[in-house]
Amino acid sequence: MTLIHLFIFVPILVALLIPFIGKWFPKLHLGWAAFPVPVLLFTFFLAKIPETADGGSIYGSISWIRALDLAFAVHLDGLSLIFTLLITGIGSLVVLYSIFYLSKEREPLSHFYAYLLLFMSAMLGVVLSDNMMVLYVFWEMTSISSFLLIAFWFRRKKSRYGAQKSFLITVGGGLSMLVGFIMLYTMTGTNSIQEIISMRDAISDHQLFVPALILILIGAFTKSAQFPFHIWLPDAMEAPTPVSAYLHSATMVKAGLFLVARFTPVFGGEAAWFWLVSSVGMFTMFWGSFTAVRQKDLKALLAYSTISQLGLIMSLFGLGSAALQGGASIESVVYTKAIFVALFHLVNHSTFKGALFMVVGIIDHEVGTRDIRKLGGLLSFMPVTFTLAVISGFSMAGLPPFNGFLSKEMFFTAALQAGSMDIFSMDTWGLLFPIVAWIGSIFTFVYSMFIVVRTFLGPYRRERLEKTPHEAPVGMLISPIVLCVIIVVLFFIPNVLSHYLLAPAMNSVLPSYQGMEGLVPHIAAWHGFNLELLMTAGVVVFGFLLMKTYRSWQGVYELFPENRSIDRGYQWLLIGSEIGSKKATNLYMTGFLRNYLYYIYGFLLLSVGGTLFLTDGLSIRLSNDVPVALYEMLLVFIMAAAGVSILFTKSRMTAALLNGVLGYSIAIFFVLFRAPDLALTQLVVETVTTVLFLLCFYHLPEWSKEDRALKVRIPKIIISVGMGILTVLLALSVQGNKLFDSISSYFEDSYDLAGGRNIVNAILGDFRAFDTMLEVVVLFIAGVGVYTLVKLKTPKGADDHERK
Amino acid sequence: MRENDVILQTVSKVAVFIVLTFGVYLFLAGHHHPGGGFIGGLMLSSAFVLLYLAFDVETVNKGLPFDYKKVAALGVLIATLTGTGSLVFDSSFLSQTFAYFNLPIFGKTELATVMLFESGVALGVIGVVVTIIISISEDV
Repeated sequence: MTLIHLFIFVPILVALLIPFIGKWFPKLHLGWAAFPVPVLLFTFFLAKIPETADGGSIYGSISWIRALDLAFAVHLDGLSLIFTLLITGIGSLVVLYSIFYLSKEREPLSHFYAYLLLFMSAMLGVVLSDNMMVLYVFWEMTSISSFLLIAFWFRRKKSRYGAQKSFLITVGGGLSMLVGFIMLYTMTGTNSIQEIISMRDAISDHQLFVPALILILIGAFTKSAQFPFHIWLPDAMEAPTPVSAYLHSATMVKAGLFLVARFTPVFGGEAAWFWLVSSVGMFTMFWGSFTAVRQKDLKALLAYSTISQLGLIMSLFGLGSAALQGGASIESVVYTKAIFVALFHLVNHSTFKGALFMVVGIIDHEVGTRDIRKLGGLLSFMPVTFTLAVISGFSMAGLPPFNGFLSKEMFFTAALQAGSMDIFSMDTWGLLFPIVAWIGSIFTFVYSMFIVVRTFLGPYRRERLEKTPHEAPVGMLISPIVLCVIIVVLFFIPNVLSHYLLAPAMNSVLPSYQGMEGLVPHIAAWHGFNLELLMTAGVVVFGFLLMKTYRSWQGVYELFPENRSIDRGYQWLLIGSEIGSKKATNLYMTGFLRNYLYYIYGFLLLSVGGTLFLTDGLSIRLSNDVPVALYEMLLVFIMAAAGVSILFTKSRMTAALLNGVLGYSIAIFFVLFRAPDLALTQLVVETVTTVLFLLCFYHLPEWSKEDRALKVRIPKIIISVGMGILTVLLALSVQGNKLFDSISSYFEDSYDLAGGRNIVNAILGDFRAFDTMLEVVVLFIAGVGVYTLVKLKTPKGADDHERK
Repeated sequence: MRENDVILQTVSKVAVFIVLTFGVYLFLAGHHHPGGGFIGGLMLSSAFVLLYLAFDVETVNKGLPFDYKKVAALGVLIATLTGTGSLVFDSSFLSQTFAYFNLPIFGKTELATVMLFESGVALGVIGVVVTIIISISEDV
């Protein structure tokens, strides 16, 4: 157990306290209660830089279930550190920003900050876990908190739709990733990612290697909104803007990139990995930027731009994985540059996209609309916001003197290198990479300019705006200002970042290259008149032309109508599966209790009875049985008489009492056969159920002799007689068969092992305590279920409203 | 549940204490003798059920102002948290331990962590059983 374990859970613990803080200090904006958490964590992880800067890592493990190789293991290396700093750093700024963005009077803030802190813990868990199963749990926790945050304004239909969509797609991908993890586990026998990395060469020829690779990639692609799974991200923009800035641009959507980076040492060098990651990423980059240009809503524009940028980073990870083909060598070290750029751009993207989202949030907050057609001429009203938009927008477009310029140039270098690769049959297709990258960058330039030009310049039309615009309060400006300062500073001192953060991360993504010459390139703003600079110049020129002539070519988008998009496919699938499952359910949910009993007992009869006869398990040997005493016979006779009489009773009360006779007789049997625990339980349970039964009398209809038609009665008779015979046969065969050695000798040591002489309870509370714990949970769920069914009925008339 | 049966009420007043005592005994005896958290909890809840049968819900709630849903939730929480407690001592989830102590009145007594776990089970059972019975009876 290390301090890191504790710090992963600090946000969740504070999240638990948030509602109480809200009660104790009703005047406090809850954001101030949440704010210290990410700041504290940020300084904690910042202090870890020296430990990872020279390629070191911190490892700590808490064992959990050893038999399943489940351990809460954390592994902090260069790669995790970048992400933890992004999560906590951007997290601090977003919380600060949200304090001024969300109104204390109108919004349920305790929900907001509890969800946000839950997310922070989950995301830290994802990037720090070394155990794949634990990583998976945290991974899904990010999906859940994202779902809750998107649906924060849950009264809006679109919020609920967006939340459901993102949840279905990311959790679906997560499940596929889980299957991939399980495949890796069956190949290696361990859940530890670091151990799997060290076993890489031994498993690369395994037949499950490529399937596991594809399944894990699906998980990464859905989370990082890669084509064709990108459709959830634009709808996720229904979340409050601080959430979009945090989850849906800076951190959660980068979890997929993290996963790809983390598993590059395992799968890198495989052709399928190279092609899938680089081509999906590259196409997503192009498609995202192309679609972003047509958007009218500023947040939707930023969503598509995020998709595009994520694709860019993804493709770089793919291209860089070529360095692992045929092992690490000094010749292929040149390919590692792509991974370096990917990590660099990952940091840059978080800074400028975070700032842009905050700028759009400010516009939305102060002007009342995000529609790009209504906005214009805000420069004179919001000069500071304008400056921030210029810095972050130009950085995104890849212009100097901002950090985006550096990584964009290096992206071109990596794409050009890909064009000249001679592995993975890149000599035929490789040229496509620089071309697509360049075209995508032109569109990136166009939409970046749109954000600045169409919002802040152009004619000002007051009548189209909801409020008279004015500059945002200082509190809202602090966070984007900090980000913009980082954007500029990183341009001038990129090599400091590279030395402390990117180089250690390179070592963890490419462990086989550790410390090799040329692994960490020197970042320079000026690198002579080369092809990259020419490409950037081309981007600016063509981008400017496209922007000016947008009206004349926007007809291109008519070629991709809304009703033939992937989005439509998703909706069709959603509605289709709803209708289909409804039909299937209606087929067997008849509303008759007897039908449900048919299903249950019929299934039991077929499965248990079938197994009994197919496996020849039926063997009745009465020779070993003890002789039956007279009073036992008597008891059996009483039970049989009570059982048969139930069939002929006229009132429910009599039936219930006769049923009680059966229950108490069983208790007497338990006493006779020396099972006092069971007898006690049976007695009390029988009493409580009888009370329950009597209570339910109020709700039951008159005891009417129902349909006496033969058609109804015959199946009933068959099922009940069949079940009776089956039970008797089972009980007798259990005595006659002895398949396994008895395990009771182990439990007989209960006094030494568990300090208790009562074996039954030693099993319940100690040996198999996990079962008992889950049983209590199940019991609780059942209790809550009964309560909600009985108490929280919708009043009559409100029923239809609720279903819509 | 609205009853006004003098005999039932008089008997219950005495019987409830016997049942409650027996329930507590069962709970504590479970380590070495028949009993334990589940049966103890059931026995205690049957005492509560008897009270609710003999008197009406409002009267009993005045005397025993518990929210049984919260009791059940507390029980489940204890049962799961005692499991995580063992993690702090670097042993696996839900592992139990025991030791012998010399207590003033009881003399040499065995104290086991399983008792904490079982108290969670007992509270869970009490909470769930009484919640179900009350919510169905109030629905009349």
